Amino acid sequence: MAEGTTDVPIAGYSAPRPRAHGSALHRMARRRSTTALLMCVPLFALLAGFVVYPFFYSIYLSTLNRDMTRFIGLFNYQYLLSSNTFHLVIFQSCLFAITAVFLKALIGFILAHVMHNITGPDQKLWRGVLLLPWVIPPALSTLGWWWMIEGSYSAVNWLLQQVGIHPIAFLSSTAWARFWIIMVNVWFGTPFFMIMYLATLKSVPDQLYEAAAIDGATGWQKIRFISFPMLKNIISITTLFSLIVTFANFDIVQILTAGAPANTTHVFATYAFQVGINSGNIPMGSAVSLFMFPILAVFAIFILRGVTRRTREAI
Amino acid sequence: MAKKHSKFGLSRRGVLKAGAAASALPLVHVQTANAAGTLKLGFWDHWVPAANPVMRTMVTDWGKQNHVEVTLDLLSSGAANSKLPLTQAAEALSGTGHDVMAFLTWDVQHYYQHLTPVDDIVDGLIKQYGAMDGVATYAGKVNGHWMAVPTSVGSQYKPSCVRMSFFKSEGVDVEKWYPNKPGNASTATAWTYDEMLKLAPAAKKAGVPFGLGLGQTTDSVDWTGSLLRAYGAELVDEKGNIQVKSDAMKQVLDYMQQLAPHLPADTWSYDDASNNKALISGKSALIFNPPSAWWVARRDAMKVAEDCWTFPSPIGPKGRFIPYQPYLWGIWKFSPNKAAAKELLTWLQQRPQVEKLCDASAGYDIPPLLSMHDFKIWETEKPPVGTIYNYPIRPWHDAQSAMAAAPAPGRIGTQLYSNATFNVMVAKLVKNKESLDSVLNWAEHEINGYINM
Repeated sequence: MAEGTTDVPIAGYSAPRPRAHGSALHRMARRRSTTALLMCVPLFALLAGFVVYPFFYSIYLSTLNRDMTRFIGLFNYQYLLSSNTFHLVIFQSCLFAITAVFLKALIGFILAHVMHNITGPDQKLWRGVLLLPWVIPPALSTLGWWWMIEGSYSAVNWLLQQVGIHPIAFLSSTAWARFWIIMVNVWFGTPFFMIMYLATLKSVPDQLYEAAAIDGATGWQKIRFISFPMLKNIISITTLFSLIVTFANFDIVQILTAGAPANTTHVFATYAFQVGINSGNIPMGSAVSLFMFPILAVFAIFILRGVTRRTREAI
Repeated sequence: MAKKHSKFGLSRRGVLKAGAAASALPLVHVQTANAAGTLKLGFWDHWVPAANPVMRTMVTDWGKQNHVEVTLDLLSSGAANSKLPLTQAAEALSGTGHDVMAFLTWDVQHYYQHLTPVDDIVDGLIKQYGAMDGVATYAGKVNGHWMAVPTSVGSQYKPSCVRMSFFKSEGVDVEKWYPNKPGNASTATAWTYDEMLKLAPAAKKAGVPFGLGLGQTTDSVDWTGSLLRAYGAELVDEKGNIQVKSDAMKQVLDYMQQLAPHLPADTWSYDDASNNKALISGKSALIFNPPSAWWVARRDAMKVAEDCWTFPSPIGPKGRFIPYQPYLWGIWKFSPNKAAAKELLTWLQQRPQVEKLCDASAGYDIPPLLSMHDFKIWETEKPPVGTIYNYPIRPWHDAQSAMAAAPAPGRIGTQLYSNATFNVMVAKLVKNKESLDSVLNWAEHEINGYINM
């Protein structure tokens, strides 16, 4: 349009209208949301191929008999729920995941505050050191832990012997084995919590702490009334994320105990592997692994509901 | 009249005959492998590292000679690096992958529907070399058909490997029981499970407890499987009936209650490396294992190796059973190259090839064909000379091989084996101090599940 002119309709004249179909398509193609959707198509395809399809396929598999030739409905689930061994698996999985995630969140929270209060280049150094466990492949670090705690020749037992304590067969005792499985997971996963909390802490305005200090707030009160409320959402999200990953953990248990002693340290993933791959019962293995889904779904619903509520309140 | 010969000593007719014969040779010596281009092998990654390059060279050379492009992938097995079972499962489900795959113990019993029958190969080998080991037959045959070829590569007995000095200190000369020369069964009648039970407290007191695992991995499962057989106990019989409440089972559980306190404190979490380490570090006077532990001791702890002697397992009321862990090679049904695969497997099972592979593994591999139990390697390996002479079952040993969970039907046995059902029973009874009835009821319920699944 030339400068100074206006787009005024001329009486009695109507511009020829393009065909309605072409116009709608044209408008749709010009919409930014359409472009965004098209750009997301590869992602949707990947999600469909690697998440949605395997999920529904494993549901289908879990309804088949051992030879995968006959539909047996929910028999696999029914059997698992009647099995003492599987009761142990459910108990151990919940104990492992809930305790480990709680400890990771707690230690991560403390470490993040300690880091936040270290000033200068020292913070970078300590942050790097504390992130180390998280960047080592867990299978390797678990093997290292196994060397340190196994029953006969481990460093920890050697140290115990040096101070006159009889060696302890850590992985032969249910309580000790469970303790070490949780400890190794906490050691590996805490840096993730720490770095997430630290990043959030850095976004909390200093003025809030300064105002609290003027009002005479103690360190604990600053954490209780400033840090914690500001971190609530990130705590919820990291807890949910970590619960999902920890429930699905395989390598730590497989390397440390492979389920021993007497099946008391199996978690869903290792038991699914034993039943599905080692025993050649893929449908039952699928049923075992799918038990994680409702448990995690319940956690996800409650945690995400809290996050949504807090976000609305903030707005 | 004397025939007219050419200057090379052949008549014209003779040359013509030779020419005709030579031109007909390809017609009678048909190399079916030539028809195919590639062959992908998924073999077991051998624990004796020196065995792998020999296998690779052999299959590559065979490929060159037969114009087949051979690819060899070595797949590990074990609790922490189970590439082999994962690959088997993935290839069986997807219907693509290697042409030939290695299978361990019970694997053939749950993948047989995906395998090509190999009766022609195995029956031919039996005709050529005589009897096949009973366990290898049990593991490889389904419904009367060979579904995989038992191989020596990775197949192992797990007999007694002892520190002679400890046994001498207890008044037992194990070389007299089992000399490194042909003998007779009467020399070793004293090597019983009762004798082992008698020696166990002394070994623990001497700081060398018997390194017998009661964990849930194969070494632990295999030796207790032979113990059960020696007492005539079965978890499930060959008809699929549960037998956990039999008197023989109660007798074995009673035996384990007496033995377990004298085993290492970490016996409940033993994996397949624990017994090896116990022997090599000089902290155990007896393990049930192939000579791999002794082989590493020879490299890392010569004094221990010089003191080792390998010989069959103890005898029980029902006989002497040596744990046997057979490996088999199966050809997937989806293989486009079955002819080449069969030709290669047949070639690999010939005595010269088997002996070469056995030598490369320092005598670790046990041929499934019994006539091959006379290889020189077991006589000559040292120190001391003849230390593994009695590793293979000799005709005068009065012993049989045994596979844990046998004689249960395949689909049940494989679950008894991989779930280590008997070892869990022992752990519940001895370690968790559950009542005998509770343990037997637990086992019955678990096995019922295996049967009905």
